[in-house]
Amino acid sequence: MKCDELLKALNEYVDGQIDPAICEDFANHLAGCNPCQVVVDNIRNTIALYRSGERYEMPPEFHDRLRKQLREKWSTVFDGESQQTH
Amino acid sequence: MGETAADPDLPLVTQARAGDFAAFEQLVSRYERRIFATAYRIVGRREDAEEVVQDTFASVIEHLPQFREESKFYTWLMHIAVNHALKLLRRNRHGTDRTMNGESSDSYSDLPHPQFIAPWHENPSVIAENHEMQRLLSDALDELDDKYRTVFVLRDVEERSTSEVAELLGISEANVKVRLLRARLQLRERITSALGDKSRQVAADHRHE
Repeated sequence: MKCDELLKALNEYVDGQIDPAICEDFANHLAGCNPCQVVVDNIRNTIALYRSGERYEMPPEFHDRLRKQLREKWSTVFDGESQQTH
Repeated sequence: MGETAADPDLPLVTQARAGDFAAFEQLVSRYERRIFATAYRIVGRREDAEEVVQDTFASVIEHLPQFREESKFYTWLMHIAVNHALKLLRRNRHGTDRTMNGESSDSYSDLPHPQFIAPWHENPSVIAENHEMQRLLSDALDELDDKYRTVFVLRDVEERSTSEVAELLGISEANVKVRLLRARLQLRERITSALGDKSRQVAADHRHE
């Protein structure tokens, strides 16, 4: 397998969505190729890190501001409608 | 509803559609933090993430009468949020080369070959607790092109499927895959250059022909 083919296979291997035939080739390659093993491992760790990473907390003052704006929006759409006479 | 599992939000959606603001507010409370976090990762700034959350729920109010229950409420909501995030990126990046670049397809040719290859000196769960590392992660994410970052956030952080991401972004599944690979390679390089154990570095000129 060439580099680009390996990298392409690597993506699907990490996702577990790889074609079984390619998977076997790739697994065989990995078994004998330390750099590729390390790259796969690095990518898995990178994903794990972002997944478990920072919680972007909403600022508390935004919570209130958002409610106020949405309430205004709500009244223009819903209350506006109910006041229309047909 | 076909074979899909019942939408847990449907009772509140129905009440909201009938004009019940309290029901709508419960939906906001249920999802605002998730939308905020996803938007923050995509747009990269707190103020912009707030704008996305606000615009998203404002759009929900406007379009609630048209919500057809063909998709789950959360999927519909996320679709709206992603569109607002992309719109904001286009506005902010106007005239620069970091835009989504429409639907243009990326290819597998000329993939950046891994340069610094080494096991990390610490376990990801330890690193995740460290504030400096969080800074590194957010900088690395921010350095990605918008089109790569958006796919990475939705696929790898939000854990949405390839087909869902393709639908959310209006690009092909093949393009989702190649953008994801480019994002992963770039992030791997950047993070491994900071966290890789140099004493265990393996040959950088490693090539397969």
